[in-house]
Amino acid sequence: MKLHEYQSKELFSRFGIPVPSGKVVTTVEDIEKVSQDINGPPWVVKAQVHAGGRGKGGGVKVVNSLDEMKKASETILNQPLITKQTDSKGTKVHQLLMEEGVEIDRELYLAMTIDRAVAKPVMIFSQAGGMEIEEVAERTPELVLKESIDPDVGWSSYLGRSMVYKLDPLPSPETVRELITVMGRLYNLFMDLDCSLAEINPLVITKEGKALAIDAKINIDDNALYRQKEMKTLDDPREKDPLELEAEKSNLNYIRLDGNIGAMVNGAGLAMATMDMIKMAGAEPANFLDVGGGANEEMIAKGFEIILGDERVKAILINIFGGILRCDVFARGVLAAAEKNKIQIPMIVRLKGTNVEEGKKILEDSDLEFLVANDMVEAAELVAQQVSG
Amino acid sequence: MSILVDEKSRIVVQGITGNEGTFHTKQMLEYGTVVAAGVTPGKGGQKVEGVPVFNTLKEAVEAEGVNVSCIFVPPAFAADAILESAAAGLGVIVCITEGIPTVDMVKVASFIREKEIVLIGPNCPGIISPGKTKVGIMPGQIHKQGSIGVISRSGTLTYEVVDQLTQVGLGQSTCIGIGGDPIVGTTFIDHLQRFKDDAETEGVVLIGEIGGSAEEDAAEYIQGDFEKPVIAFIAGQTAPPGKRMGHAGAIISGGKGKAEDKIAALENAGITVTHNLGKLGETVLDVMGKS
Repeated sequence: MKLHEYQSKELFSRFGIPVPSGKVVTTVEDIEKVSQDINGPPWVVKAQVHAGGRGKGGGVKVVNSLDEMKKASETILNQPLITKQTDSKGTKVHQLLMEEGVEIDRELYLAMTIDRAVAKPVMIFSQAGGMEIEEVAERTPELVLKESIDPDVGWSSYLGRSMVYKLDPLPSPETVRELITVMGRLYNLFMDLDCSLAEINPLVITKEGKALAIDAKINIDDNALYRQKEMKTLDDPREKDPLELEAEKSNLNYIRLDGNIGAMVNGAGLAMATMDMIKMAGAEPANFLDVGGGANEEMIAKGFEIILGDERVKAILINIFGGILRCDVFARGVLAAAEKNKIQIPMIVRLKGTNVEEGKKILEDSDLEFLVANDMVEAAELVAQQVSG
Repeated sequence: MSILVDEKSRIVVQGITGNEGTFHTKQMLEYGTVVAAGVTPGKGGQKVEGVPVFNTLKEAVEAEGVNVSCIFVPPAFAADAILESAAAGLGVIVCITEGIPTVDMVKVASFIREKEIVLIGPNCPGIISPGKTKVGIMPGQIHKQGSIGVISRSGTLTYEVVDQLTQVGLGQSTCIGIGGDPIVGTTFIDHLQRFKDDAETEGVVLIGEIGGSAEEDAAEYIQGDFEKPVIAFIAGQTAPPGKRMGHAGAIISGGKGKAEDKIAALENAGITVTHNLGKLGETVLDVMGKS
């Protein structure tokens, strides 16, 4: 689960990581009032969206007067924000973060994540802040420093020293101490809140030599939301695709893609492989939908309804390998959804595994029209034929 | 031979009284697996499908001599269940549970590091040595005893592959689902090393997916130190970056973990990668026929 920048900064403050003073507004009318509480001008107006690349998309503006602030806010709130991480239509901005402008001396990078290869939390630090860390790693790998942290011991300052003392030029002793303190606090935040990512980019050193988190990005481990109840309340459904949101409510894994073949599969790996096969057959999947290895009739019906509710979908491919999920249960789920929604597009069904004969019979005895594929190759080719030409 | 589990393995099911635990205990018993005990705290003294239930894992070890555990405990308690098995000295722990917080797995990984413990999963279908024993949730009937080892990060995708192998007449020595989470107990390399020493295994099918670098690491190992033929498939060639594709671990982040990079690494190491899942069985038959 992703948090907004302003939410992440509130959490930073709580853990003692310094952030610029700022306020969130949702309307232009609120601006004058909140501007009185923030040092400035200059101020910074920042669109609060989950999509990255805001700056280049025009979602971050530096302003030097109240008028400018209002004008900038109006533009950002009223126009969809298009960044490299949104589609061509862009995303609506609902909230703005107003912050004090800061005089920056240096921009650094600091983040915590999990290093999968060694199964430990890892801190990443670089003196090349303000850029995407992947690009820095690609071009100048020597500038990306990493320390993995033993979870049994936790954070220890020597880890910070081993990175900060590589800064060139070395900041003042006081700034060095501050940076190491921020590092320890970021580790605490990361572990306490079950994060999968906690990133400060840039972590700046101000003209006065203070460390300050100018941007903030926190992702929470979805698997831990059951115990991170406060984090769960920070979820912003407006940032999600409506179909993805609906699927989430039914415990289905749905991801919207750009094509026109609706796909329903049980199991994530098989679902990805099915998408790949659709593409290989010359068509494009409209979605990834994994109904899960142990889906029940209701979940199948819901998944099918979600695909039917997507007007872009011109043909449907169902690929089920019954293991725990029995093919007869699956077939009844499809029928339940078909009763509520008229299916007017071609449907290709490939069933395999547990109770496959019962499943096929249930579908064949119904009024449903569909084509049967015997294997995945045939299924992908059949469905691609339906949308070609 | 086979690796890790065989007909002599004595299984304890943790969470045996839950719906899934009970259902799969029955399935495993029907397959011929020796399910010798179950554990559910507070339900000691009961029986599930004729299997005695204990309150603690230690009691199960003492009374029934179990040496492999299979975990169906809900996510909030699953890390604790793994630790209990590890502390009781079980050599092989299979954790089926999906949805364990990553931070919990960081602690588990730290606890079992340097110990003689093989943790399969979490978020996996388990492990099966066809004709001998099945420890997990895979449909037993699609498997056939034979000489192909299978290692996979997925569930139903593995069933698809195994089914194709069986259809073309290739049986399997052992099939392992290592799990779809960011932190899992074993890597492809751990099992490749075992298959290397297993006389029954003549070739290995490796099923990877986007996210992490386990496939790249495996490619490097195979190139240097593995002589048996390996055939690989990588799922997620069309997966968009930044999205978690069902499995918690299946995500392309920061430009890392892409299918194309994994495929390139494997192919550069001289490994046959099939791009078309539907033809995997035929490809394996073809490669094995030539070796």
